[in-house]
Amino acid sequence: MVPHLITTLICALFFLLSSFVVAQESPYIVTYNHYLEEPGSLEVEYFSTFGTQRGSNDFHAFWMEFEYGATAWWTTELYLDGQTTFNDSTIFTGFRFENRFRLLQHEHLVNPVLYLEYEQISAADKILKEVEGHDVESDHAESNAVLRSEHDHELEFKLLLSSTFKGWNVAVNPITTKNLSPSEPWEFAYAIGASRPLALKALPNRCNLCLENFVAGVEMYGGLGDTQSAGLHNTSHYLATVVAWNLPSDWALRLSSGFGLNNNSHRLLLRWGVSREFSGFGEVVRRLFGGRP
Amino acid sequence: MTALRDSFSIAVLFAIGVWSVAFVGARSAAQNNDALHKKNSPTYAALKDAPQKAREKKNPFQGDLEAAAAGGKLFDQHCARCHGKKAGGTRYGASLLNKEVQRATPGTLFWLLTNGVVRRGMPVWSKLPEPERWQIVTFLQSLAPPSLKADTPGPVQ
Repeated sequence: MVPHLITTLICALFFLLSSFVVAQESPYIVTYNHYLEEPGSLEVEYFSTFGTQRGSNDFHAFWMEFEYGATAWWTTELYLDGQTTFNDSTIFTGFRFENRFRLLQHEHLVNPVLYLEYEQISAADKILKEVEGHDVESDHAESNAVLRSEHDHELEFKLLLSSTFKGWNVAVNPITTKNLSPSEPWEFAYAIGASRPLALKALPNRCNLCLENFVAGVEMYGGLGDTQSAGLHNTSHYLATVVAWNLPSDWALRLSSGFGLNNNSHRLLLRWGVSREFSGFGEVVRRLFGGRP
Repeated sequence: MTALRDSFSIAVLFAIGVWSVAFVGARSAAQNNDALHKKNSPTYAALKDAPQKAREKKNPFQGDLEAAAAGGKLFDQHCARCHGKKAGGTRYGASLLNKEVQRATPGTLFWLLTNGVVRRGMPVWSKLPEPERWQIVTFLQSLAPPSLKADTPGPVQ
């Protein structure tokens, strides 16, 4: 009943929204730069990750993101995660609620954004949006029935440091996570990325395939151990190429092919995502609830 | 199954909570914008915050009609929702046809576009590459009647 209600509400809102803007998406899947959602805009995103699994079944993990620009300095986001493990089952694996706060008013050489996330997920979650602490490939080798019985309630903190110069964006995200179970240690991780639009100047005409609509780059992410055992021992790391295609028809597509860099990593992570930005979402909802037109 | 239902219910409750908070924020931001529009000055006042070095920057596309056309396309894609299709302003964004904007130097407009007015709801636009921001500036300056145009130098060779 609840899922049907939510689906109906989401569909109704999509039809109510009539004005769209062209998204200018960064190509990163894991790394964050310092750009927030525009105020009043809602971005709805769907992502898939296909991952190989040695010693068990490959998987397809997927998630939905609802990203809302509350103000020019605050973006809030909800994730709903799920996965299919081949020859096993398809399950909902949890949700994440994140907030990003811009710390400085103006642009600087390095722009800091504070990222806070609460997540309630099961050990069966395989979206690999972050790889933290001693997360390794073998963690995902058990069946879904076993993995889903373990639940994690975690707080995650990131400092998003990002710089844009001559069209290049470079972003570095130090990450720390705390499982809310008192016995669990703080875990550490990182994500870094660099990207650039394929053309820096816009053409006068509206076009789908012109280079200005494409942004390409690379990102690297992995775990750095925890407070009990910090460092690279028994951690996994990935290097991925990323590309975003921002269509004038308001859609954005993202592709990423990631490769594990050591024996603890999944060999291959293929990801793709599609998103659409709805400007004026806040205004539409405000009107629905009796706000002034 | 029960665990799944519980998790989903919690997720839905969280979603409702998040959006409630966010809409309050958006409403507050919108009210700020209303006040801003009535006063018709704080956004323009932000133009005065541009450092001298930024004000003196020259527009590499000055007078370039193709750049103005490209800027118009970019304006339509990224700016028109708040500032209006014809840049005349809406309740969410100031008019860009106003003399304060049209008399500002290209460098000042570029600086404002790059840095936004975050406290007043205008996001930073440095995610657009530098040439695209200059194209938008070129478009904005092409909108002004001659009497309002700034004394700006010619194109940089």
